[in-house]
Amino acid sequence: MTYSPELAPAQSPSEQPEARGPRTYRIAELLLILLAVVISAGAYALVGLGVRDTVPGNVYGYTIWLAVLGLGLHVVTWWRAKYADPILVPVAILLNGLGLAMIYRIDLAKESSTATSQLVWMTLGTVLAALVVFFVRDHRLLRRLTYTCGLAAIVLLLLPLIPGLGTTINGARIWIRLGPFSFQPGEIAKILLAVFFAGYLVSFRDQLVLAGPKILGIRFPRLRDLGPIIIAWVASVGILVFQRDLGTSLLFFGLFVAMLYVATNKKTWIFLGLGMFALGAVAASFMFSHVQQRIDGWLGALTPEEYNKSPGGSYQLVQGMFGMSSGGLTGTGLGEGRPQVVPYSESDFIYASLGEELGMVGLFAILMLYVILFERGMKISSRVRDGFGKLLTAGLTFTIALQVFIVIGGVTRVIPLTGLTTPFLAAGGSSLIANWIIIGLLLRISDAARRPAEEFQTGVLTVVADDSDDPESHNRTARLGRRRDTAEDAEAPIPWGDAPARQDSGAQQPGPRISQDDAPTTAQPPIRPTRPPGGEQR
Amino acid sequence: MNKPLRHVALVGFVMFALLFGSTSWIQYFQAENLREHELNNRTLIEELSRERGPILVDGTPIAYSVPVDDVYEFQRTYGADGMSPEMYANITGFFSVTNGATNLEKTENSLLAGTDDALFYDKITNWLTGRQPMGAAIEITVDPAAQKAAWDALGGQKGAAVALDPKTGDVLAMVSTPGWDPNALATHDHSAAQDAYDRLIADEDNPAYNRAIGGNLYPPGSTFKIVTAAAALESGEYEPDTMLDGPAELDLPQTTATIRNSGGGACGSGTISLADSLRISCNTSFADLGMTLGQDAMETQAREFGFGEDMEIPLRVSASSFPADTNPPQLAQSALGQFEVRSTPLQMAMVSAAIANDGKLMHPQLIDQVRNARTLDLIEEPSPREFSRPVSGETAQELTDMMVSVVTDGTGSAGQIPGIDVAAKTGTAQHAEGAAPHAWYTSFAPADDPQVAVAVVVESGGRAGSEAYGGSTAGPIAKAVMEAVIKE
Repeated sequence: MTYSPELAPAQSPSEQPEARGPRTYRIAELLLILLAVVISAGAYALVGLGVRDTVPGNVYGYTIWLAVLGLGLHVVTWWRAKYADPILVPVAILLNGLGLAMIYRIDLAKESSTATSQLVWMTLGTVLAALVVFFVRDHRLLRRLTYTCGLAAIVLLLLPLIPGLGTTINGARIWIRLGPFSFQPGEIAKILLAVFFAGYLVSFRDQLVLAGPKILGIRFPRLRDLGPIIIAWVASVGILVFQRDLGTSLLFFGLFVAMLYVATNKKTWIFLGLGMFALGAVAASFMFSHVQQRIDGWLGALTPEEYNKSPGGSYQLVQGMFGMSSGGLTGTGLGEGRPQVVPYSESDFIYASLGEELGMVGLFAILMLYVILFERGMKISSRVRDGFGKLLTAGLTFTIALQVFIVIGGVTRVIPLTGLTTPFLAAGGSSLIANWIIIGLLLRISDAARRPAEEFQTGVLTVVADDSDDPESHNRTARLGRRRDTAEDAEAPIPWGDAPARQDSGAQQPGPRISQDDAPTTAQPPIRPTRPPGGEQR
Repeated sequence: MNKPLRHVALVGFVMFALLFGSTSWIQYFQAENLREHELNNRTLIEELSRERGPILVDGTPIAYSVPVDDVYEFQRTYGADGMSPEMYANITGFFSVTNGATNLEKTENSLLAGTDDALFYDKITNWLTGRQPMGAAIEITVDPAAQKAAWDALGGQKGAAVALDPKTGDVLAMVSTPGWDPNALATHDHSAAQDAYDRLIADEDNPAYNRAIGGNLYPPGSTFKIVTAAAALESGEYEPDTMLDGPAELDLPQTTATIRNSGGGACGSGTISLADSLRISCNTSFADLGMTLGQDAMETQAREFGFGEDMEIPLRVSASSFPADTNPPQLAQSALGQFEVRSTPLQMAMVSAAIANDGKLMHPQLIDQVRNARTLDLIEEPSPREFSRPVSGETAQELTDMMVSVVTDGTGSAGQIPGIDVAAKTGTAQHAEGAAPHAWYTSFAPADDPQVAVAVVVESGGRAGSEAYGGSTAGPIAKAVMEAVIKE
């Protein structure tokens, strides 16, 4: 990243092209949000009709509330990040709304009130997402917090192990209890870790790739560069061992391996990482009975021995599969099935609950929503111009996909069952809040990715460093009269963050491999509160 | 950095593809197998929460579903005014959320649950009109007065009583004691239901056995002499007045064992007619008769009355048995309903019913009608069907006369009903060394136009203990049942 305060005068109104910038798609987002709200409210009404034969009395209030949340986030986004991706919020609202309807449906069957607290968490989540969009005016600012985030993540992960604060629920010690609330700090730690990995990898990526001894043709990093990686591995295995949480451990490690690969483009890392995790997992399965139990319950799920084994058998998994099979292709219809039979049907097994009542068709639609979310995230990552943003987006997006895979894969018997929540759908405040914060971050980064350079000013950091392999940046640089070598997207590490993007800095040559990305981010560029008139509507 | 990014995206899409695959595997390709999997209890839960049809006795529901506010939606409830759940438990059975179902709740499940193919038309109508499906109502053949009379007369003694309509095979009463309360097992409180079930199974008195049609079965004792007499008359070589040897003690061939008469003395003057042998229940003459008739004749006659036959009425009836390949002393004892002869009370009632119905044995039947529980439209009505013709009309008439004399002038006087001719046979069956005998009584009435055939057994003599005789202990019970039926 290059901070070029001297570029600022270039953005004087006289030089500002009059042509309109890229479309913002705000209206599309608005309509999609309304559609998501209408579908969610419809699902809620259908649940009432299915279970009680009457539309719930508060359906209008509920609809308005959802609409307020969606529109609130929409307005903040329009105001503060008008180039943000228009698909993210509608998809998240729809997933959240469908989850709420199903949780309410199970509430009716179990006479519980999880849906109410879930709605409170959703409110808090959307507010937090709006706050992220509002206050994090440039995602690159987060890079300054790299090590703070890393430390905070470790502290959060250790919290449940503190006696008196942590609680063990179903054998996993991943909860902390504060008065009436219980919270899973691991969900927030997930975001902090993504920030930490992104910041760390951006800084040390070249050392990791280029320095170090070569053994058997594979270049191994220097031990001192490996420190954080080893810490990540120890943390993952530590979670597995001390908190008995296979899912979170797998999630963190997958997140790290994916980000490491994106940063270095070295497949060695994938094999090394997965190999280390497999080693840890195999060792754990021999050392800890609960891991072995999960594997037995997975492989022999449909045998009476595993089914009737308590605790630790396959009862829940098999009940979920029976529920899904009874739903068949089109499902029983909302409120017409019996999802409450499955233990934790509103949280860990909400996918099976939805499968029973909405059928395979409904689950495909839900999976498609996740695919869309993932695809948008990947697109944002590929477009964003700075390496930190790229890595952070890739990490956060991959987290969602991996978490979906770990949970749903467990429920549908692709992999052993582990306790994780389905993003946005499942009942659980920590997870919901964390995922809404991710949406907030993705909104912010996607705004940066699509915002035309001319308009790019956040008042905090100014100049954008074009990523060399970004097709748009090629076009732009071409348009601006300077063509860059397009063959840069090679196996070799790409100089990124050091590419001059503007003609008036064109005299700069690509920097050394250890790029200026390592320039201390604490060096504050001058704050530029003034904006070109008509440049950005606020 | 975009190339590795594309690879990560590819990994993501592969993961999603796996999820699409696994979801369709469960919900489409394997759905049928999973729905029918032996561990799948969803069918039961499904049935539990559908409004199950009632079981009716003379129009009164004795098993019915009451809407409740829990996950199963309907609570199965048993009993009605004057018809205690215990009195009918051996017929209705229970329908439990933890332990499945028994008796009619089990055998008639598809009708009660509304899944039977016979309800196809109703299912279509419900589907078209959007009405909640409801199971069919089952009206049983039991006469509530007869059932209550049998229950009250048994009065807590272990045993069973069965009454049949000889002309149709309808089961008019079927009591098994001790009774048990199906409500305790049908509760939706899982642990309470499981406790009740465990207690029922562990109870040493085995209340869960339906003693009328199953359980350990009883030696029928002297009531079986009707079968021996029928075999003799059917052979064509005997008439009721054919004289038989009736010594005080009959030496059995090939062994030192002997057979004695109940009173200790000889029957008559040492020779006695077949009719009188039955009237006073002479052991020595019938043992001799059995050996003379032979294994084949005895076994064939027993089989024609239903011995050796598994039946469904639609409750499953254990097959009563007559031993095969006996030697003469064994056959002699078998002719008296001892040795390895085993019978259900229903089987002995069938013997009386066949004689009452001119030698034509009707298949016992517990289901009267199956009706739509809402509209009361008739869905099914099992018609009476013949089971066999164990004796000719002539033999039946001769046996009737002989059995009437048992009541007027013999061991069965306890069954006398003023103004009505009753035909009967008593039995006092030894079953274990030193144990009090089982008291038996089987009868039908009125003898000239039979409306009811009864068999009663009081296990181990009931309250009378070793003093029990078939006539004195079981006779009054049979009488109460017959009166209850005839009075109407």
